[in-house]
Amino acid sequence: MSALGPTLALAFREIRRHLLRSFLTVLGIVIGVAAVVTMVTLGNGATAAVQEQISGLGANLLQVRPGQGFGRGGGGPAPPDFQMDDVEAIRTQVAGVVAVVPVAQSSGTVVRNAANWSTTITGTTAEYFTAQQWTLATGRVFTPAEEQAGKAVCVIGSTVQQNLFRTEDPLGERFRIRDVSCEVIGTLVTRGQGTFGQSQDDVVLMPIKTVQRRFTGNRNLRIITVQVDPAYDTVTVTASIQALLRERRNISGARQDDFNIFDTAQISQTLQGTTRILTALLGAVAAVSLLVGGIGIMNIMLVSVTERTREIGIRLAIGAVGREVLQQFLVEAIVLSCLGGLVGLALAFVASWALAPVLNVPFMFDPRINVIAFLFSALIGVVFGYFPARRAAALNPIEALRHE
Amino acid sequence: MAAEPLIRLRGVTKTFGSGAGAFQALRGVDLDIEAGEFVAVMGPSGSGKSTMMNILGCLDTPTSGEYLFQGFHVERLDGDERALLRRRYLGFVFQGFNLLARTSALENVELPLLYRGEPPRARREAALAALAQVGLAEWWDHTPAELSGGQQQRVAIARAIVTMPRVLFADEPTGNLDTARSIEIMELLRGFNARGITILMVTHEAEMAAYARSVVHIRDGVVASVERRDP
Ligand SMILES: Nc1ncnc2c1ncn2[C@@H]1O[C@H](COP(=O)(O)OP(=O)(O)OP(=O)(O)O)[C@@H](O)[C@H]1O
Ligand SMILES: [Mg+2]
Repeated sequence: MSALGPTLALAFREIRRHLLRSFLTVLGIVIGVAAVVTMVTLGNGATAAVQEQISGLGANLLQVRPGQGFGRGGGGPAPPDFQMDDVEAIRTQVAGVVAVVPVAQSSGTVVRNAANWSTTITGTTAEYFTAQQWTLATGRVFTPAEEQAGKAVCVIGSTVQQNLFRTEDPLGERFRIRDVSCEVIGTLVTRGQGTFGQSQDDVVLMPIKTVQRRFTGNRNLRIITVQVDPAYDTVTVTASIQALLRERRNISGARQDDFNIFDTAQISQTLQGTTRILTALLGAVAAVSLLVGGIGIMNIMLVSVTERTREIGIRLAIGAVGREVLQQFLVEAIVLSCLGGLVGLALAFVASWALAPVLNVPFMFDPRINVIAFLFSALIGVVFGYFPARRAAALNPIEALRHE
Repeated sequence: MAAEPLIRLRGVTKTFGSGAGAFQALRGVDLDIEAGEFVAVMGPSGSGKSTMMNILGCLDTPTSGEYLFQGFHVERLDGDERALLRRRYLGFVFQGFNLLARTSALENVELPLLYRGEPPRARREAALAALAQVGLAEWWDHTPAELSGGQQQRVAIARAIVTMPRVLFADEPTGNLDTARSIEIMELLRGFNARGITILMVTHEAEMAAYARSVVHIRDGVVASVERRDP
């Protein structure tokens, strides 16, 4: 009897004999475990989705734009755009920058045969692709010679590709932007929506000189993108760039900057922090439901032991030792809560697998939370099964039998 | 002086409760029972018969006094040791059957063997044999709710004798039964006694006490008289 086999058999028999009671005992655990695991799994999916969108911003990038913050605030004349010598100055005078990429932008309608599409034309250098972590699906980026000469070559995003070329191979083909005929030398991998919902595929990239000469008609830069050495803190690099540009733009004393520096690392940290908090919050709510489930188990165990005190008395009277009765109740409790835990895990798997696409987040199976929730349910079973049973098993048989 | 008797009580008292509400159910019981006896315990209601039987059956402990079983001081044993003594040597038939509900007759009878660590096959065979001895071989898969009072009492007896105990205690085994059923039960007990099981039985009926070879009269928590009959 001290062997586990017969005790286990006995426990299973008792569970089967009292199906409703067993079912109710298990229900709390099932709901608790399923809730915790589902919420954490979906929360992880959401975090991963946000992370993926953040990586669309590029790693360790600073974007320097004229104007104060988002949208130019205040009246007065518009602050001047940047020039190529600003790019040079940042490149040579600021420590910790890997690449400084000038960007000029224009919008325009692209035309090929009967198809036309209006999009953003971005003039930049080949470094832009590495800084933004944009990968090519086919073809190549601009050569230094093409950049130097201001050739009409371009790399296109998948939205533009689809609108102009459908299923044709665009490499080497030409299309028109305004009155400029432009050759496609590369296509970008589809990226989907950016962090702020804008399409990252609706783009045409050309050498910066081409865009300046043919479209904007000046040598101004709308954005300077700075890729920061991962060994450096973006905050100090931002401060150096700010000081440099203030000096170059003659902003002194208390006067506000007439430019802004947008730190993607900062943004991604903020966003990640937010999703982490949300996941923790969901987890906490779910943990409460697991706890409530545990209290439910405790209640039923308590009632069940009271109800079964006569049974305990009978077992003791015919020769069971207190430890054996206790063992039986304990094994019963463990079996029930493990069963509940497993059913809960299965339920959580199905629920999060089904809900993930609805909520537009990836399904991310997390073994850790599954193990934790399962162990917790087992622990609840042990604790709440053990204490009431111990009290009952300590009774003398006559007291237990007299119990009504 | 004869050899040590199987059971010896000396000055056994039992007090329930404490303080003003205390009640002394046994007031110094002296009793010797030899191995192989068939003893009837008689006395008015509330005289302490069940209290004494529970102490003899190691289900309860005396407040004071000595209880020697085969020369061992039972009153010095702890709860687990008493449980092992019950498991090994004693069978008990309760006034109110005390079968496990929703559990077949067979499983009820198997239970003491389970706690003795018998393997499943041996358990099953012994339990079926015990059920056959009490005439319930065909009823093995019925639960207590599906059995009559007399049948339940016989299942309880089968459960008590399946381990072949040294002593069988029966507290009013025929209390709830009509005369015909009662006589069946008495015949069973007589059979077990003939095979060497010492029997102590509480009864109110002289007709049943007639099956015993000695009668112990209890009155107000003490042994009033012991009456021996020669067979
Ligand atoms: N657990 C208890 N707590 C308090 N008093 C008790 C307890 N058990 C028994 N008694 C009292 O002890 C006395 C003897 O009880 P006992 O059950 O031994 O009587 P009995 O001779 O078996 O009676 P009956 O023939 O009715 O079964 C009774 O007065 C009873 O009320
Ligand atoms: Mg009684």
